[in-house]
Amino acid sequence: MSNTQQLEDFVTQVRRDIVRQVHKVNSGHPGGSLGCAEFISVLYQEVMDRKEGFDMDGKGEDLFFLSNGHISPVFYSVLARSGYFPVEELSTFRLIDSRLQGHPTTHEGLPGVRVASGSLGQGLSVAIGAANTKKLNGDDHLVYSLHGDGELQEGQNWEAIMYAAAKKVDNLIATVDRNHQQIDGCTDDVLPMGNLVEKFEAFGWDVLELENGNDISQVREALKEAKGRTGKGKPVAVIMTTEMGHGVDFMMGSHKWHGVAPNDEQLEKALAQNPETLGDY
Amino acid sequence: MKKYTNTGSKDTRSGFGDGLTELGKTNPNVVALCADLTGSLKMGDFEKNHPERFFQVGIAEANMMGIAAGMTIGGKIPFTGTFANFSTGRVYDQIRQSIAYSDKNVKICASHAGLTLGEDGATHQILEDIGLMKMLPGMTVINTCDYNQTKAATIAIAEHHGPVYLRFGRPKVANFTPEDQKFEIGKAVLLNEGKDVTIIATGHLVWEALQAAEQLEEKGISAEVINIHTIKPLDEAAILASVGKTGCVVTAEEHNFLGGLGESVARTLVQHQPAPQEFVATMDTFGESGTPEQLMEKYGLNAAAIVKASEKVIKRK
Repeated sequence: MSNTQQLEDFVTQVRRDIVRQVHKVNSGHPGGSLGCAEFISVLYQEVMDRKEGFDMDGKGEDLFFLSNGHISPVFYSVLARSGYFPVEELSTFRLIDSRLQGHPTTHEGLPGVRVASGSLGQGLSVAIGAANTKKLNGDDHLVYSLHGDGELQEGQNWEAIMYAAAKKVDNLIATVDRNHQQIDGCTDDVLPMGNLVEKFEAFGWDVLELENGNDISQVREALKEAKGRTGKGKPVAVIMTTEMGHGVDFMMGSHKWHGVAPNDEQLEKALAQNPETLGDY
Repeated sequence: MKKYTNTGSKDTRSGFGDGLTELGKTNPNVVALCADLTGSLKMGDFEKNHPERFFQVGIAEANMMGIAAGMTIGGKIPFTGTFANFSTGRVYDQIRQSIAYSDKNVKICASHAGLTLGEDGATHQILEDIGLMKMLPGMTVINTCDYNQTKAATIAIAEHHGPVYLRFGRPKVANFTPEDQKFEIGKAVLLNEGKDVTIIATGHLVWEALQAAEQLEEKGISAEVINIHTIKPLDEAAILASVGKTGCVVTAEEHNFLGGLGESVARTLVQHQPAPQEFVATMDTFGESGTPEQLMEKYGLNAAAIVKASEKVIKRK
């Protein structure tokens, strides 16, 4: 997909999918999902070199790991609309006997998911492992990962950040969703993380800043730039500023919609702001 | 009773190291990760022979487990090496989420398990690891008894798809199982046939169980001895057949009696054919510093303790 209008339509539909999924079961995490709609859509629709179908080993294609698994609604929507499983299955989100568990898992065999995530702080290590194996296999495809900013409070991340630079895992692009929010409030109030760019750089990463992760063209440019910086001896980090709840005016910029579903009236408002494009499931 | 000979005491961790060396030659998909304990885990040969397949992660066990999980994607078979304490309790959630729940083909290889780690003391002597690991759905749990068996198990688990916890130890212990014995996951090994009591032992306690059986024989008691190297999946058929014959059982393990082999055996018996059971295990306590022999004596984990438990359980029949 290269046409910007097409991609905008895709993202709008993803937003609809997100709010409809969480509304139906009155649970899930719309805020962070909405904030990452552009990023994950651009990644799957334009950036990643993906093969048809799904196999766990993912040889000869780019891989993506979602570490902040609670934003499963956006992940599921993009996976379904990228052909990994039927779009209708989004209607089973968080229901009993569904492959679309509250947090992503391989356990029910959902195509597109390669590791369980949601217990925060584990995805970067897994992505590094997959990147190591790509190198051993002589596979020059890349590994992408996404992490919440609040998630970086988990110590395992810093073990992984240290390792990736020290061992020159340069086929990895890790993006941090810097929305400055977590469940209990602003990250600066809960546990300030200081300057993430400087922190990653101090650990030896090549760092890019993406000023507006809700701007499709900026996401495109940043990922293109990041890709160009791989293979040069350093892991690449993208510190991406986004707005939690982006695209639904009453959800924007507040931690209050981190893990709360809209009611019927709020759903209608949210959908009105994001008119149907590719067709609802 | 059947005679077993110690062909020369060796540490079980060397069995792991030599098994890994063997795998390095025979299976190109095997990779090894270590958290700054290469010497202790005897992984030096693998590192030297296959530097491209050896990953030194530093003192960062959580990261090691995650990297191992990720490395399975693309077909590698990661073997992680550190002490049992740091292989389980320290990284329980990483194993639970990224390995067990995600069904990743990682082999968690854990040395220095139990009291026989010795002088380092209770901070490093984990006695809860079997329980932690056996409770994880899909996890295979193995505790080998000597050098030969540990080497054979290390080679065998590479052929088994799915997460495995392989537990072994630090000290030199009797090496008595046949060098060429094939290791079958989940299959108990009947070491001695008897009729009065069944002794089911795992790990370092298997040799003690054999010594106990000899002492019991001198007292006119015929003990059946079973080596349960795989605690999960448990060879229930072998246990039920033996206890069906003898009518009572002693379980012996270098582990807390809560959550260990003994509880798995008790659960099997309660479900199918209840019988008196005595536990040779640590009794919900931490360990302490000392030599392995002193600790096994003080915490009641030796042949003498097994003899005493056997006499007691026979009276309860």
